[in-house]
Amino acid sequence: MRVVEKRQLLSAEEIGRTLSRLAHEIVENSGGAKDLALIGVRRRGVPLSERLAKQIRDFAKADVPVGTLDITLYRDDLSTIGQQPVVQSTQIDFPVDDRDLVIVDDVLYTGRTIRAAMNGLFDLGRPRRIRLCVLIDRGHRELPVEASFIGRTVQTSDTEIVEVRLQEIDGEERVVLVDRVP
Amino acid sequence: MLQRLSHLLGTEALTSEQIAFILDQAKPFQEFQRHPLKKLATLRGKTVAMAFFESSTRTRISFTTAAARLGADTMALQAESSSLKKGESLLDTVRTLEAMRPDGIVIRHASSGAPDFVARRLEIPVVNAGDGTHEHPTQALLDALTIRDRKGKLEGRNVTILGDILHSRVARSNIHLLSKFGVRITLCGPAMWVPRELERLAANLRVVHRVEEALDGADVVMVLRVQTERIHEPALAPDEYIAGYQLTPARLRLAQPDALVLHPGPIVRGLEIDSAVADGPQSGVLEQVTNGLAIRMALLYHLIGGAAADAPHPAKDRSNASD
Repeated sequence: MRVVEKRQLLSAEEIGRTLSRLAHEIVENSGGAKDLALIGVRRRGVPLSERLAKQIRDFAKADVPVGTLDITLYRDDLSTIGQQPVVQSTQIDFPVDDRDLVIVDDVLYTGRTIRAAMNGLFDLGRPRRIRLCVLIDRGHRELPVEASFIGRTVQTSDTEIVEVRLQEIDGEERVVLVDRVP
Repeated sequence: MLQRLSHLLGTEALTSEQIAFILDQAKPFQEFQRHPLKKLATLRGKTVAMAFFESSTRTRISFTTAAARLGADTMALQAESSSLKKGESLLDTVRTLEAMRPDGIVIRHASSGAPDFVARRLEIPVVNAGDGTHEHPTQALLDALTIRDRKGKLEGRNVTILGDILHSRVARSNIHLLSKFGVRITLCGPAMWVPRELERLAANLRVVHRVEEALDGADVVMVLRVQTERIHEPALAPDEYIAGYQLTPARLRLAQPDALVLHPGPIVRGLEIDSAVADGPQSGVLEQVTNGLAIRMALLYHLIGGAAADAPHPAKDRSNASD
């Protein structure tokens, strides 16, 4: 099995503009930034949530707390073969009770990651509201999960993979659609 | 690539990479102990058999709680009420337990090597929760985690172990583990409990019989319980032990100013340790208990928790693959 790049979905500049729009939408639809907190899902949701928080700080002059969630222990696809995922730390240093939370992830696909993330958040308390912000929605949902804030909706086939490459993790900045060919 | 463990029988056979991996994996579980809701579904539907052929309170509760917090069920066998009293052999008992299809088994046994004997005959992961005077690996792992938290790292630290080393599986597991990280180990106690031959256990290890000399410059002082149940003759009067080896506030001042005091419990106050030390600011005793849960959760997850069917390589995971 080989992986070939089919096309670029977003350039570095487009990622920046999209995040700027998403940051404004989040504040606008929350009636300000009060009680708002962002939860980045490991791994690529983490830098995205930090960038959104920085944008909100710049234009709304509000400090929105940012937490990091590792969903490994909440996954529903652990079998006895293959590589075991490594558990990383969840760092949410503020109480989630009565908070207005926005989960941030790079790609929304089956919805299972978000289901796991919500389970993780409920172990920490009872948020007032949870919404979801993703850079790319690529369809193919297996659970009734939808995002409130979407950067770009992309039609994909299920052999394709959306790769979000971020400076902080990958050393480059773009989103590409790749395909698996035999 | 890290060699995944199939059992945990002792620290002697572990590589330093495997030990460091388990310690790292315990960190998220340490945070988890502070969650308001301490229940995961990660091992839901799995069963862990607790075969304690020798009495134990804290280790058994710790393993049972660790399994419960991961969502696993446990089935318990206790020495006092088991068919062992009726003459059943270890192998028959364990095969009977295995026939109930647990996904892992935790064993404590008075005979050294019993978990190894069982592991060679069963298909499921076996965890040694203490075997005779051989090893108690999860205790050494939780001690290492506590030292690493308080002292930053293990490498180059001076660790003094005080007490009945000869009969102590805790000491043996700790010596094997710590020596893999370049820790300088000092063993101290009465000569009949700390014979010179112990120096052959590891490099960077010395045997000292004067407590003042053993404590000088120590970063960590590990106090062992005086195990009256393992000593068949009263070899030493308690008063003599107290006079020679009890860890008192005055003696602790000979160690580094911020030296960490550890004790595997249960503590016999006024015998091996003075209450003022056990309850003092340098004591890490209660942290050890909490860290024990984190270590055992990490271990059960590693041994019994499966891998993701589509799990990406940790170094280059791609978002959709983990979605």
